[in-house]
Amino acid sequence: MEQNQDHNGLKPPLSKTKVLGWIKTNLFGGIFNSILTMVTLYIIWKILPGLFRWAFIESVWSTDAKACRHALGACWSVIAQNLRFILFGFYPYDQHWRPLLCMFIFFALVLYSKNRRRWKRALAYIWVAGLLAMGSLMKGGFWNLISVESSRWGGLPLTLMLSFFGLIGAYPLGVVLALARRSRLPALKAVSVGYIEMVRGVPLISVLFMSSVVFPLFLPRGITINSILRAQVAFILFFAAYIAEVVRGGLQAVPHGQYEAADSLGLNYAQTMRLVILPQALKIVIPPTVNILITAFKDTSLVVIIALYDLLMTTKTVISNPQWMPFSVEAYIFAALIYFVFSFSMSRYSQKLEKELSVGTE
Amino acid sequence: MNIKNTESRESKPTDTPMVEIIDMHKWFGDFHVLRGIDLVVQKEERIVICGPSGSGKSTLIRCINRLEEHQRGRIIVDGVELTNNIKNIEKIRAEVGMVFQQFNLFPHLTILENLTLGPIWVRKMPKAEAEEMAMFYLEKVHIADQARKYPGQLSGGQQQRVAIARSLCMRPKLMLFDEPTSALDPEMIKEVLDVMIELAHEGMTMIVVTHEMGFARSVAHRVLFMDYGKIVEANTPEEFFDNPRNDRTKLFLSQILH
Repeated sequence: MEQNQDHNGLKPPLSKTKVLGWIKTNLFGGIFNSILTMVTLYIIWKILPGLFRWAFIESVWSTDAKACRHALGACWSVIAQNLRFILFGFYPYDQHWRPLLCMFIFFALVLYSKNRRRWKRALAYIWVAGLLAMGSLMKGGFWNLISVESSRWGGLPLTLMLSFFGLIGAYPLGVVLALARRSRLPALKAVSVGYIEMVRGVPLISVLFMSSVVFPLFLPRGITINSILRAQVAFILFFAAYIAEVVRGGLQAVPHGQYEAADSLGLNYAQTMRLVILPQALKIVIPPTVNILITAFKDTSLVVIIALYDLLMTTKTVISNPQWMPFSVEAYIFAALIYFVFSFSMSRYSQKLEKELSVGTE
Repeated sequence: MNIKNTESRESKPTDTPMVEIIDMHKWFGDFHVLRGIDLVVQKEERIVICGPSGSGKSTLIRCINRLEEHQRGRIIVDGVELTNNIKNIEKIRAEVGMVFQQFNLFPHLTILENLTLGPIWVRKMPKAEAEEMAMFYLEKVHIADQARKYPGQLSGGQQQRVAIARSLCMRPKLMLFDEPTSALDPEMIKEVLDVMIELAHEGMTMIVVTHEMGFARSVAHRVLFMDYGKIVEANTPEEFFDNPRNDRTKLFLSQILH
């Protein structure tokens, strides 16, 4: 063989790259892996056809509850027949177009904001306008729209609302708490540490209970605060503490030299944080932050205990109807699917964001 | 090290002091790092500080822009005394450029954004003007073609030249260099030193902590030798290298000049 052979265009060995290569290395790489693969395949082969038959072939989709009892498979009718209640709760039936329109506006805004190049000041105005429009649409009481009290709001819009405002409230508060905890002023630091440790020491349920039961006791007679708002504030205050700790981790991960470089340019504290430290720190903590956001999204379902009808509660209400009671599995699968779609989208989007933000920084 | 221009010291320092340090002390906990530093640096003067590690050279220049706080004595930079007044500190820092051993570029910003950050936010300069100036200084450090890249995409030598340009964009009256070539691969040291020599030609006031003795010999007006938190010897490069007086200086020189 020639010593100085030209290796231009030389490809890696075929067995390492193509599908077969992948199967060989990942599924049958060694005796143990091979056995594991075979066992898994066997289990899938046993379960999948039955599940498929139950969910799709022998299932019924748009019958009434009686017909469901005779069906061999799943009764998706429980969802089809109650879809509007599951999604919108006790919102007046003939007004369901309003929350529906709100959700369309919301998703349109979210999709529009996905692109990072659109993150400009104008986008904030668009959001404020959109949120105001959604709020007034839900509330009504002008033109021909009848007024709908917030106690009748429910279902998916409520879940989305609690999570969305929870997110945009808790995140900045968490960042401020994290900065305060690293502050050189002892008083500020003590307040932040005290707050974070206190909140982390109590379960979310108890915070929600306090907001709905204990807190009103301290209000003067005759003054009441909307229960949704109280739950909302409880969420924000609760998750801010968790976000604060995550952000603190990010702040500690930014090398000290970055602070010194910013200082030596003459940037003041606020500029240093906003322009140099936080952009790096927040990027580092995207994975754990998204973890908290997803947790928060799912934990909004705890508002059932203070009698708010979020998505999970409306689903439960449907299957507490004796007619539909036998089909709780289908109903819960549906609710789970909705939660999954949102959580999974958040997770995917955060991965995309992470990739975009790491351009040029290895 | 092959330094091309040996005539770079023809310019003379002025008689107006840029930095005055009077009996300055600093402790890290109980450790007495700087034990009474007295030093006056004139405008357009170039000073090289050398000495064994742990002698306090880096700490000394970091005190000049208050990255470290001194605990006794006085430091006066460009007529302003360094106290706890944060506004004064920020003002001085804006006038004093600093180049670090580890470059400390902002990795989330492009090269151009690294350079314009200070001018835009501290000097309140319009963006277009700041970018124009940034490009001017990038030309100067021979790296204008990399303006749109991120620091992570550049070699160490290139990054350090960007760091120098970033400081220059603030149009500093004084430049501090804290071992600017110590973290570089040997083949990149020259490109950074060349830029520093060009800067010296233009009459920049410089305080450089370095072990590049070729640089010290050809550029410095004065070479200081520090040991155990004190300035042990200060002299012109000729005297310093050819005729060192202090025993510790002699020992140090014999160890680094093979």
